[in-house]
Amino acid sequence: MNRDEQLFDYLLRIADSDLVLAQRLGEWVGHGPVLEEDIALTNVGLDLLGQARLWYAYAGEVETRFAARGRCEDELALLRDASEFRNLLLVERPNGNYADTIARQFYFDVWHRLFLFQLSRSGDARVGEIAAKALKEVRYHVERSADWVIRLGDGTDESHAKMQAAVDELWMYTGEMFESDATDQALTIAGIGCDASALAHPWREQLSSILSEATLTLPTGAWMQSGGKRGVHTEQLGHLLAEMQWLQRAYPGAQW
Amino acid sequence: MAATRLSGGAMVIAAQPRQVQNAIDSIWTTLAAIPDPEIPVISIVELGIVRDIEFDNGEVVVTVTPTYSGCPATEVIAAEIERALVACGLERFRVQIRLHPAWTTDWIAPAARERLRAFGIAPPGERAPQQTVDVSRLRRSSIATIACPRCGSSRTRELSRFGSTPCKAQYRCEDCLEPFDYFKPH
Ligand SMILES: [Zn+2]
Repeated sequence: MNRDEQLFDYLLRIADSDLVLAQRLGEWVGHGPVLEEDIALTNVGLDLLGQARLWYAYAGEVETRFAARGRCEDELALLRDASEFRNLLLVERPNGNYADTIARQFYFDVWHRLFLFQLSRSGDARVGEIAAKALKEVRYHVERSADWVIRLGDGTDESHAKMQAAVDELWMYTGEMFESDATDQALTIAGIGCDASALAHPWREQLSSILSEATLTLPTGAWMQSGGKRGVHTEQLGHLLAEMQWLQRAYPGAQW
Repeated sequence: MAATRLSGGAMVIAAQPRQVQNAIDSIWTTLAAIPDPEIPVISIVELGIVRDIEFDNGEVVVTVTPTYSGCPATEVIAAEIERALVACGLERFRVQIRLHPAWTTDWIAPAARERLRAFGIAPPGERAPQQTVDVSRLRRSSIATIACPRCGSSRTRELSRFGSTPCKAQYRCEDCLEPFDYFKPH
């Protein structure tokens, strides 16, 4: 892969994670435990969807540098199959109960903010400005996730047990966020991307401070799932895409 | 020499600096009459999202910086601007999106803040926090006191960080007991 192909792939990884998580959060619409939470989840999902659009739009422009044409954001989001998606496995995990949704969001948000902060200083001006904009929004996401982890962890016996089970269950999907493959390394050296492995330490520090305030135990398992960045996904992503993409698949080019 | 038709049918010759400036001023005035689609008591100019108006080879270029990435109003606003420019008789124009520097509530005009309050929305503080600097902290160090836009009481409580639109949070006043929206500093 040349530099532009690597950048395209890198942008898809970011956009796909945002989009898939936005779709998961959208599944909560009308099912939130209270009205305020229904609205909050939708707002976070909307932010992520908006960010995904900015990344896809740029990816499409980068694609024109090495392909016959660049795909538009709708084509990238709605006409690729699961094996072409580059999102983290974490974000495709099903919503589960509310603690599961909060644990997934918390793991992602803490990482997302650290990641965007690094990207906001990217040598690629466009990457930098999208990241800087997204970073302002993600601040609210991470504050809310952390508040909920504490509220449920340091809550009743039942909420504590569910929150602990959720952070334990999803733990094996967190390793992927800090994996650095050839694309990550090439773009880090070029001053465009960020060193994924360098985020592991601050992520863990912030995590453990919130988990301890929540009276929860930081999971210790060393075995981690991997594959999202290479397009190797769990079957859950296929179900999610089937629902998200069916309209464009059934009626190609349909518009509102 | 680029010529552009403005409201009233006057032809403005865009090569003359003063006339260009007059034309630009006139467009600012036109756009200042477009209400924000979600908070109609303030205009899109007062909201601070119209960043620049300039002539580029006789073409009017309006630069807009969206509030939040996912704000559904962004496309409506761009369409409203185009409609207003057409109504002015302009034929050559484009609306471009600029992301950097990112929009901040610091750009909301002072007069608009008071109108927000009168409308029942507590306005954002004067200065938004500089959140891009310190990512080592996760949680808010302190929670600012937000005065109730109805009775002015400072005994208010946050119900949710997220409200009816991405830019607002939900609060409740402990004195008059009314819920209200708070325009989050951003
Ligand atoms: Zn009150």
